[in-house]
Amino acid sequence: MATATAPPPEAPDRPVSKEEQPYVEVGKKRHTGVKLLAVLAVWLVLYAILKGHDTRSLGLQDTTGFHDWLNRVRDWVQLHGPDNWFFGGVLGFIGDVFNSVFAHLQKLFSIPAFPRPVPQIGWFGVVAIAAWITWAVAGIRSTILVTVSMLLFGIFGLWQDSIDLLLVTILAVAVCFLIGLPTGIAMARTRWVSTVVTPILDIAQTLPPFAYLAPVALGFGIGPTTAIVLTIIYALPPLVRITEYGIRAVPQTTIEAARSLGLTKGQLLRQVQLPMAKRSIVVGINQSMMAALSMATIAALVNGPGLGKDVNAALQIQNVGQASVAGLLIVLMAIMLDRTTTAASERSESQGRSGLVSVSGPGVLLMGVMVEKLPRWATEDAGKGVRHPRLTGAGRWTIRALWLVPVLVAVYLSRSQLDLARFPDRTVWPFLEPIDGTSVTKLINDFSSWFIDKVDTFTLALKNDVTAWLINPFQNLLAQSPWWVMGLVILALAYVLGGWRPAVTSAICLAVIFGVGLWNDSMVTLAMTLIATVLVMVVAVVLGVGMGRSRRTDTIIRPFLDAFQTIPPFVYLVPALALFGVGRFTAIMAALAYAVPIATKLVADGIRGVAPTTVEAARASGSTTRQMITKVQLPMAREALVLATNQGLLYVLSMVVIGGLVGGGSLGYIVVSGFSQDQLFGKGLAAGIAITAMGVMLDRIARHAAARTGR
Amino acid sequence: MTTTASTPEKSENSTAGSESPALHVEGLWKIFGPRADKIIGTEQAHLPRKELQEQTGHVVGIRDVSFDVAPGEVFVVMGLSGSGKSTLVRLLTRLIEPTAGTVELYGEKITGMDDSALLDTRRRKVSMVFQHFGLLPHRKVVDNVAFGLEVRGEGKRQRRDRAQEMVDLVGLSGYENNYPDQLSGGMQQRVGLARALAADPEVLMFDEPFSALDPLIRRDMQNEVIRLHEEVGKTMVFITHDLAEALKLGDRILIMRDGEIVQIGTPDEVVGAPADDYVRDFTSEVPKSHVLTLKWVMRPDTGDVSADAPALQQDQIVRDAARIVLDHQGPCRVVDGDRVVGVVDDEDILRVVVAEEAH
Repeated sequence: MATATAPPPEAPDRPVSKEEQPYVEVGKKRHTGVKLLAVLAVWLVLYAILKGHDTRSLGLQDTTGFHDWLNRVRDWVQLHGPDNWFFGGVLGFIGDVFNSVFAHLQKLFSIPAFPRPVPQIGWFGVVAIAAWITWAVAGIRSTILVTVSMLLFGIFGLWQDSIDLLLVTILAVAVCFLIGLPTGIAMARTRWVSTVVTPILDIAQTLPPFAYLAPVALGFGIGPTTAIVLTIIYALPPLVRITEYGIRAVPQTTIEAARSLGLTKGQLLRQVQLPMAKRSIVVGINQSMMAALSMATIAALVNGPGLGKDVNAALQIQNVGQASVAGLLIVLMAIMLDRTTTAASERSESQGRSGLVSVSGPGVLLMGVMVEKLPRWATEDAGKGVRHPRLTGAGRWTIRALWLVPVLVAVYLSRSQLDLARFPDRTVWPFLEPIDGTSVTKLINDFSSWFIDKVDTFTLALKNDVTAWLINPFQNLLAQSPWWVMGLVILALAYVLGGWRPAVTSAICLAVIFGVGLWNDSMVTLAMTLIATVLVMVVAVVLGVGMGRSRRTDTIIRPFLDAFQTIPPFVYLVPALALFGVGRFTAIMAALAYAVPIATKLVADGIRGVAPTTVEAARASGSTTRQMITKVQLPMAREALVLATNQGLLYVLSMVVIGGLVGGGSLGYIVVSGFSQDQLFGKGLAAGIAITAMGVMLDRIARHAAARTGR
Repeated sequence: MTTTASTPEKSENSTAGSESPALHVEGLWKIFGPRADKIIGTEQAHLPRKELQEQTGHVVGIRDVSFDVAPGEVFVVMGLSGSGKSTLVRLLTRLIEPTAGTVELYGEKITGMDDSALLDTRRRKVSMVFQHFGLLPHRKVVDNVAFGLEVRGEGKRQRRDRAQEMVDLVGLSGYENNYPDQLSGGMQQRVGLARALAADPEVLMFDEPFSALDPLIRRDMQNEVIRLHEEVGKTMVFITHDLAEALKLGDRILIMRDGEIVQIGTPDEVVGAPADDYVRDFTSEVPKSHVLTLKWVMRPDTGDVSADAPALQQDQIVRDAARIVLDHQGPCRVVDGDRVVGVVDDEDILRVVVAEEAH
């Protein structure tokens, strides 16, 4: 018998359980699905009855009283601004400072510095300086990347615009650093600062870049200053956020240990918090830099300097080749800045550690000895197999200083040799002929017309079908419903999905949208945003599930997503335009390309975050792959899905608006026309406000819905 | 194979019984690494773990393991962490794919099944309980319990009824509509238990199910398993690193080290005749009088014991027999059925009890 030696049976009156059983209350059912269906049904009925009434549509050239009032405000600012303490005094002063700094930089690097026919430092010198800086902060690979990229700026014939864009970006990031670092530190150290600043950052990050354009242009006029200010506003939040995070992330035990040693607050900051947050701060600079580049590109719409202008001009005449060349250079610049700052952040990590063992800097420098004097056995880490760079900090800087000599020679040469000052074109260097900007433009144009020829039956059919069967009906439903029906529907949805808080926010935002007189256009934009978001989520879930489930898929797809994420939104318009021509569909496709990477990454991380035990338990219960995905992984990754939807929505909204440039119409187009047509300025500004309101509304609904689906 | 025969097989051992085993495992190997199948059968396979890893980068998880589990038996696999016990239990249902060897469940070869047959086995014949529960946080208790039934496609009504039955069985009545994170650890593991039972499997597998629980609750849950075993009589394979738990629950115990079997035996065999120093060291802290049976302490029958001395069965636990032996002045008889197989007196008993005091 198997149980021959089993322990004797327990007495039957054994206590049931010693574990305290918690009191739990049963959650109430919300019936969200049923309520949504009810709202939808009522909406459809009302739409069928009242279609076309009270839609509040407004012709493109028509304005409302509010718009005219904004126009008058603009006129007043232009007329009386210089005498006003705020516009003339504060903003005027800021504007003057930026203007003169930027003008000086331009003369130094990009435009002819009178009386010279060329900038103070020619391209050869600039490349040498850039290469030296990159090498000093980020290492040799980044240096190669930067050098090649900068040579391409010249070869493609867009040297000046490229350098201008780079100047705007770097200047803005520098200002961001000066403002953002102290702000981030203050937020991390003082509770009330954080309480005050965080909501401002929240709003700033919710706003699509287009919404900033008009108000800033109103304050600073049109030109480089506005571009710089816009870029600063857009690039500041990530830096502040990440700085705060980095300092807060210093472990409490470390802080306690430091304080027990008697460090003052200042010492604590300088010697503990900042060094430990260094890596985060460099990551913040990276994020800030990427944001700055994308905004600096968009700032071309307010006559900002740089490559954005070239893309914009080419988009206007639908010259795909020309837009591609400029777009390509922007991408190149993005990659180069991203890689360099990433490499710098990785290096700041390893140097921070090795600094512990390097012998005293100045002494070594004096002796002219750059190889670490103390043998490794004399240091703390002896025998642990830790690899340290052979150079001390001082040694590294000495080598850097030595390399500065050829850089200075290059700068000198670029001032004295015309060919090294102005980037040669094909007449000077005939070997450039096959690869310069003109040839590449033609090549791309030829290729794209050949390619479009091959695929246009397909792309056109796709575009027309989707437009006819998806975009038009949905847009009609939103835009042709009476405004009050639409408003109530949105409020009802906000309430059902997220409770009364987002409903209140939505009510305010809807009132703003209604008040600025752009209800109908806003609904069109909303329709496109929602369609694009749904498509984004479909793609993101398919890719994300694949990535989350398989390491190999992840390694294949992730680099593409990373690459896509570095590309400024403006540039996405180019391939979308090439493939699909102008239209709302094109804007949606561009939005898709822009939002899919971030959403996919979030979904993939969510799927991967599902507890392995649960997955194993489901496998042990005999789940098929399909059952595993639909019953276990997706439901458990629900929070990640909602977060991905939220991010997707915001990305899509900003891109759909920018899509106004390629026939997306509605709000984005109104913003753009506001800058090109004098009498539409007020309307453009109003459109910016409407975009803001819509962004805030969608964000709040999505966030509260996310908080609710915790279960 | 050499490692398995470390203790003499006793007639009461289930493996020698006439019925076919519930689970038959033979020559099971698991080597982790890209070219694992190339290593099996070569000399390298018999290198110590560390050397193999240095030479080939492969890690041995399970090395040539064979055993049988009888129907209705509670078979405990015990070992320290890293000994391969968790890997072993996963090999049995191919949650981890074995490198070599066979696993048979009631004569059906699990190794070598195609995917659909394997799914069916997991859905109907073998259930598992996990250390960290593996519950679905987005489903209510009752839906968690019904999950296995759901994946095999049973109707909603049917699976709800069955799940409710299981919830009642494990003593969670009233909590069926809660979510797992509202329950305490012990209650969550009861859900895991109910989920495993719901499928009405032939074999239940437990992977260190109570390691994450407090000692008191752990004892509670062990009693629960004993009770369930009495009520439903399933074959159980139970993984643990806790010797006390192994001795308490196991009909037989398999002790593992470095992926190999060190000893298989009943609790009293493991304590009374440890196969090597490793097992002896393990069992040294165990209160022997609670585990050993009289047959481990008796002396050969010298024939001088009077026939009216009390007769005690040889598989009686020493602790239970102590009172009778101590009360009786002089040696008692130890019998196997009617046959006298030895004698035992107070000294024999005290040696076991006093040896414990020395610790």
